Amino acid sequence: MKKYLPVMLLAGTVIIIQLLTLITGKGFLLTQLTMSTWYVIAALGLCMVMGYAGQISLGQAGFFAIGGYTTAVLSTIDFSARTGTSVFSFFDSLGLLLTRQTIYGDTVIYLSPWAALIAAILIAGLTAWGLGVPVLKLRGHYLGMATMGFGIIVNRIVVGTKIFGEADGISNVPPFKMFPGFEISGKVGFRVGNYYFAWLVVIIALILLINLINSRAGRALKALHGSEDAADAMGVNTARCKTAVFIIGAVLAAVAGFFMTHYNGGIGPSESSVIKSVRYVSIVAVGGMANIWGTLIMGMLLNFLSLRGVFGHFDDAVFGIILVLMMMFMPDGFIRKEVFYSIKTLFRGKK
Amino acid sequence: MLKIKNLEAGYDKLKVLKGISLHVNSGEIVTILGANGAGKSTLLNTIASLVKPTEGEVRFKGRNVQTARPDYMVTNGCALVPEGRQLFPAMTVRENLILGAYTLYGRRDKKIANEYLSEIYSMFPVLDARKSQLAGTLSGGEQQMVAIGRALMSGPDLLLMDEPSMGLAPIIVKTIFKAVLTLRARGKTILIVEQNARAVLEIADRGYVMETGMLVIEGDAGELLNNNDVKRAYLGRDYKEFTD
Repeated sequence: MKKYLPVMLLAGTVIIIQLLTLITGKGFLLTQLTMSTWYVIAALGLCMVMGYAGQISLGQAGFFAIGGYTTAVLSTIDFSARTGTSVFSFFDSLGLLLTRQTIYGDTVIYLSPWAALIAAILIAGLTAWGLGVPVLKLRGHYLGMATMGFGIIVNRIVVGTKIFGEADGISNVPPFKMFPGFEISGKVGFRVGNYYFAWLVVIIALILLINLINSRAGRALKALHGSEDAADAMGVNTARCKTAVFIIGAVLAAVAGFFMTHYNGGIGPSESSVIKSVRYVSIVAVGGMANIWGTLIMGMLLNFLSLRGVFGHFDDAVFGIILVLMMMFMPDGFIRKEVFYSIKTLFRGKK
Repeated sequence: MLKIKNLEAGYDKLKVLKGISLHVNSGEIVTILGANGAGKSTLLNTIASLVKPTEGEVRFKGRNVQTARPDYMVTNGCALVPEGRQLFPAMTVRENLILGAYTLYGRRDKKIANEYLSEIYSMFPVLDARKSQLAGTLSGGEQQMVAIGRALMSGPDLLLMDEPSMGLAPIIVKTIFKAVLTLRARGKTILIVEQNARAVLEIADRGYVMETGMLVIEGDAGELLNNNDVKRAYLGRDYKEFTD
């Protein structure tokens, strides 16, 4: 049970922060906190790929966008014009068609986001597999270049394709009514619920990742990071390990993109930009690379500040600068044991 | 245990092994001597299936394994101590050793792995003392012990050792080779690739000499020690003394 202690502490902190916003009457902050949380899930996925397995990926935003755009496209198709077609009756027989009223009072029949969620996971996972099998044979910065190419391709496809809304993105994405009385949407009434739901997803992801890291597969990932040749010689199937962790990272990003799109009620091409991928990389770097807790803390902090507009016009520049400074002065990251020790000795004095 | 026939292998267009044939019997210590670039490491890597042969046959325990995957070889009892040790420097000694047991899993295997672990600790007590130290911070000799221990963790029958004496002080080399003898006494078969001919011929049963991808001399260890060509090439005696 000891390894779950930090998770329980985290849950406590989450509740305290919500109560603080309630007491101080600043409940609006929960919106940015919720959005940061979704970004953090994508960053956690990258932390596994980059920090633990040591595979540089500059295409994480591409997977986030795949998740977001999958649901944005699927759940904005109006099926009321398609009544009687075989596609309509197929989804209808599965109970996956829902109706809603638009703000103009028209009735729209749309595909259940549950179906879109499954589609988002499948498409992201299959893309990661298809991309990972050839690309993960590359090492070091060649791998970085290849994954960045993937990110650019996704970005250009999104910007240049009509069904993806081109440069405007897709708006009017319906809320995701998960169960009666709760929906993923930006409505004020669901703000607290969404905040807790986002953290619930983070905690589930954390528990799964902690178990993975401490398992036999996690050791294989660390070995892979240390020396791929030696890992091979120990009988680790390195190709399969790398592809598997790449798929896990991609699926986490896609899930985050999916919920973020329903929360915001839309998605734009900037979510798929390479700059966003660089953001994820700098968050993982500041967090200490192979450190899911560092990624979590720094990801929350930086995304929250960025979403609050603290960095102003220099938003993307700040993340770039952070990455450069980290690489120069603290290549091992900011959140790690040694830093805490030096802070401790600062207060206690040297022994 | 191991039988190789006309093995050819290389990297892309470069052919390194040009028709190697050798055999290792069960319970033997066999050594392959050779200078830098002779292809010794490539040969071991090919046996461990890390390098795919282009031609020829590798039979391990009577089975053709030239197209097997590396994890098949480890699972079936052939482990490699790679050249230059290749430890995982950011992991502790214990983690490095446990990683060697990667191909063992399940509850029963865990017990076996723990037995192997305590066997290795009793063979190299210094590793027990340093089990929670990062592997990258150990001395060269200790790192070699970890590398050997890590290979033993999969419970191999055949141990492939690539230059275990590389960069080590003579007294440490002695400790390592003593451990090799202990391993043979415990029923392991060992194939060692070495440049330190004198030290390895003292413990080996048989040996081969490799030159530019081919085996040129074969014989018992004692024979090789007294062979003039070997002496001249690898034992560092005066050239003239043996050619006269």
